[in-house]
Amino acid sequence: MFEKTVAELSAALRRKDVSSVELTRLFLERISRYKDLNAFITVDPERSLAQAGAADALIAQGTGGALAGIPVAQKDIFCADGWLTTCGSKMLSNFVAPYDATAIAKFNQAGAVCLGRTNMDEFAMGSSNETSYYGPVKNPWDTAAVPGGSSGGSAAAVAARLCPAATGTDTGGSIRQPAALCGLTGLKPSYGRVSRYGMIAFASSLDQGGPLARSAEDCALLLNVMAGFDPRDSTSVDEPVPDYTQALGHDIKGLRIGLPREYFGAGLNPAVVKVIEAAIAEFRKLGAEVVDVNLPNSQLAIPCYYVLAPAEASSNLSRYDGARYGFRAKDYTDLLDMYCKTRAEGFGIEVKRRIMIGAYALSAGYYDAYYLKAQQLRRLIAEDFLQAFESCDVIMGPATPTTAFKIGEKTDDPVAMYLNDIYTVPINLAGLPGMSIPAGFDPQGLPVGLQIVGRYFDEARLLNVAHCFQQATDWHQRMPKGFE
Amino acid sequence: MSLDREQVRKIAHLARLHLTEQEAVTYAETLSRILGLIEQMNAVDTTGVAPMAHPNEAGLRLREDVVTEPNQREKFQKIAPAVEAGLYLVPKVIE
Repeated sequence: MFEKTVAELSAALRRKDVSSVELTRLFLERISRYKDLNAFITVDPERSLAQAGAADALIAQGTGGALAGIPVAQKDIFCADGWLTTCGSKMLSNFVAPYDATAIAKFNQAGAVCLGRTNMDEFAMGSSNETSYYGPVKNPWDTAAVPGGSSGGSAAAVAARLCPAATGTDTGGSIRQPAALCGLTGLKPSYGRVSRYGMIAFASSLDQGGPLARSAEDCALLLNVMAGFDPRDSTSVDEPVPDYTQALGHDIKGLRIGLPREYFGAGLNPAVVKVIEAAIAEFRKLGAEVVDVNLPNSQLAIPCYYVLAPAEASSNLSRYDGARYGFRAKDYTDLLDMYCKTRAEGFGIEVKRRIMIGAYALSAGYYDAYYLKAQQLRRLIAEDFLQAFESCDVIMGPATPTTAFKIGEKTDDPVAMYLNDIYTVPINLAGLPGMSIPAGFDPQGLPVGLQIVGRYFDEARLLNVAHCFQQATDWHQRMPKGFE
Repeated sequence: MSLDREQVRKIAHLARLHLTEQEAVTYAETLSRILGLIEQMNAVDTTGVAPMAHPNEAGLRLREDVVTEPNQREKFQKIAPAVEAGLYLVPKVIE
């Protein structure tokens, strides 16, 4: 039962082959059996089973939608009333959220069961899950390797079948990169598609929540619940939400796939190239056409992002002052000292780095050279995509330059770590929807992710394109060894 | 652009972060490396390009100026480090 997809489990629940309580117990048992992966920060069996019991009642009445009774793991960045919500930080290690994020409220309303809270890079700042106050997460495909980040716990949990699906957030690649490194299907929706209310802020003009699951069909089921206008998020876009499952199954004959030559340059691992080329060949077989496109400013996305994201973070994280919630240092002499010690002790190294880079970029005398310059580059990067989409319907390329790297391999070199997100960051800067889907494996047996990028609000098309590939291939059904 | 220890101290103060001497040295090195990466931006001439602050440039919505949330002071203060009589306690600011 633990190998089934959300779609299959949903059908099984409706046929009464299994109850939500049984499913929840099964997955809780697996979480406990594989706790060495360190994928979860908090589990609360009593709460989860109470939700499952309520879901079973809904299903018995024949009410409840497709997600009723489905256990879903929640990234520890979404505030959930009564749940410890740490964001992977010591700063929030005692923070029991007093309200629900809109995404959480929507899952609750749909009758989904919160299976627990997944580990993540501290405040979502990281690409390997190694910046978490709660320790690194192991990749189920190679437990000496990282699962990617920042949604590393969610990705490891889905890959090891500790849950059928999970949520993530993506500011520069934090859904797509771990999805790629763990062999999953992950979707970062268009900016404004999923409410950010109650989603702990990192860089507010880039952050977007979305699903991590095993198939495009499952992502569609989750996005159906997560997407939608929310008056509580001032950047939420009031755009109708289609039924994303209805978008699946249309053939893709004549689909124009843009291949940006900049995505196949130096730094890309040859084993990844091979897998991506084979995936593109598969799309040709399905009737798609391939066109060359250019994204000339893409290579400047990382420098641009490492101004804008830290600038927004330094502002967003100024709220952690030890006064109203969260951690407060024990010894201090006055108010200023309380702030400084609380923040020094409560934040980890990477978070402090980014806060300081941001504070510097925004400080008097440097604003034009850094922040303004980065915003101008952001416009050029976004315009490259507009231009490219004049000659294609979707853009494809690798999601990451390499497969999963070893734990500890890049921790001393922040710049090397940042370059991991070279193919995902431009999409956040432009605000476009992007997916990573399993496309094959490297010679070491580690998964490779194919990135698919769409026009603004074109999630339905992305999901269909991914679904067509998954009907023709079985990469997404592969399971890491040792978790049977 | 590389940062020295004193500049790092100044930035840390702006960001309200206490740093030890040793930390100031370490951060000076890593932050300088990150700034080196950032300075690659200068390779492109952006004269006359309008800055883009946000993917959704339609602008922010306005709403009616009415109360939409209930008062939950007790619930919110229950998780505060120190409160008294409905107020958050911090070290004395005015003698």
